[in-house]
Amino acid sequence: METLFGITGKDFVITAYDSKAVASITLMKIGENKSRELNPHTLMLFSGEPGDGVHFSEYIERNIKLYGIRNGIELSPRAVASFARRELADSLRSRKPYSVNLLIAGFDVKTNKPSLYWLDHLASLADVPFAAHGYGAYYCLSLLDRYHREDITEEEGIKLLQKCVGELRTRMILNMPDFVAKIVNKDGIRLVQL
Amino acid sequence: MAGSYDRALTVFSPDGHLFQVDYALEAVRKGSCAVGVRGADVVVLGVEKKSVLKLQDERTVKKICMLDEHVCLAFAGLSADARVLINKARIECQSHRLTVEDSVSIEYITRYIAGVQQSGGVRPFGISTLIMGFDSDKVPKLYQTDPSGVYSAWKANSIGRSSKTVREFLEKNYKEDMDKAESIKLAIRSLLEVVQTGAKNIEIAIMGSDSVIQRLELAEIEAVVAEIEAENEKEKEKSKSSNSQQ
Repeated sequence: METLFGITGKDFVITAYDSKAVASITLMKIGENKSRELNPHTLMLFSGEPGDGVHFSEYIERNIKLYGIRNGIELSPRAVASFARRELADSLRSRKPYSVNLLIAGFDVKTNKPSLYWLDHLASLADVPFAAHGYGAYYCLSLLDRYHREDITEEEGIKLLQKCVGELRTRMILNMPDFVAKIVNKDGIRLVQL
Repeated sequence: MAGSYDRALTVFSPDGHLFQVDYALEAVRKGSCAVGVRGADVVVLGVEKKSVLKLQDERTVKKICMLDEHVCLAFAGLSADARVLINKARIECQSHRLTVEDSVSIEYITRYIAGVQQSGGVRPFGISTLIMGFDSDKVPKLYQTDPSGVYSAWKANSIGRSSKTVREFLEKNYKEDMDKAESIKLAIRSLLEVVQTGAKNIEIAIMGSDSVIQRLELAEIEAVVAEIEAENEKEKEKSKSSNSQQ
């Protein structure tokens, strides 16, 4: 089962996803990319039906990029999240809906504030300080609740994520390989070592 | 009335012309001038900017537009038609990335625009375009399209009002493998052939092999114009003194 994490801090959002590609009960590959950069300051993480996640997130990515080129200004993370929600909600009411869970992490360069949006496959959208998707959420939301503060620093954020991954490794029956962590802040999106 | 040849786009005149296309080319000839110059590892687009009215916001009048992160377009002719064409091209750029996970090549997007321009049944777009950019091979590219749907690659070219004068100037002064400064200078110098009012009516966009677009500020253009004027002055004096020696 796939796991996604997101934690907002004072001036950044840190996200993580497990890099497993799974088919039924078989691990097919490690090193799968479950994130897409929608614009220089917005990152989307996805889990769920394998093909759906890639297809939906790339469709959103191209639309967000098109908006940026057309208007010469990028959409704010909040606008991106609303757009994604609408697309997912429309798809939900179609003949073959996408089955994807999303986290949208962004840094609003206008207000200088980080933000994290949680979307499930029924297209409900929530603006949250921290979030998790998948079975991992059952183990880690309590940890995040206990240790998360609004003014958390990047180092503390990484430590908290390490705690969450450690918890999964001790408690979950499934093999939990490497997580990939990415930070979004005013300088853009970058990879960090967990 | 010259028959109905000049009304229907799909009817040839007896001497083999499509009048609507000819009229579209005429609209291009009336549009403000645009030039493109290709250097060793740089491409430059320059356009003649119409002076904005006193109360108009000049930022809303754009003649050089990005199509994608690595493609840039300048046009001459009807701005309203350009807007529609540019919108279609931008969508195609993203659609291409979505389907094949690669950015468009400059030739591909040129061919697409040329295709849109000659699509049947509707009035032709009254614009010519110059398209510049870099493919993954890091070689600068410069293409031109016409209302007729023709497209071609160039080392340097101009479209719009007095484009013939400017093209002849470019033919005389173009050198192979120019660096960035030389390319910019050639573009501005050629535009000055037709732009009487100087730096404030010139817009320049430069793309290097990193595919990042750079637009010159007014002060930077003024500096180059001053440099060119100084050179011209020197040239004049030289020819004067050689004349007096004879």
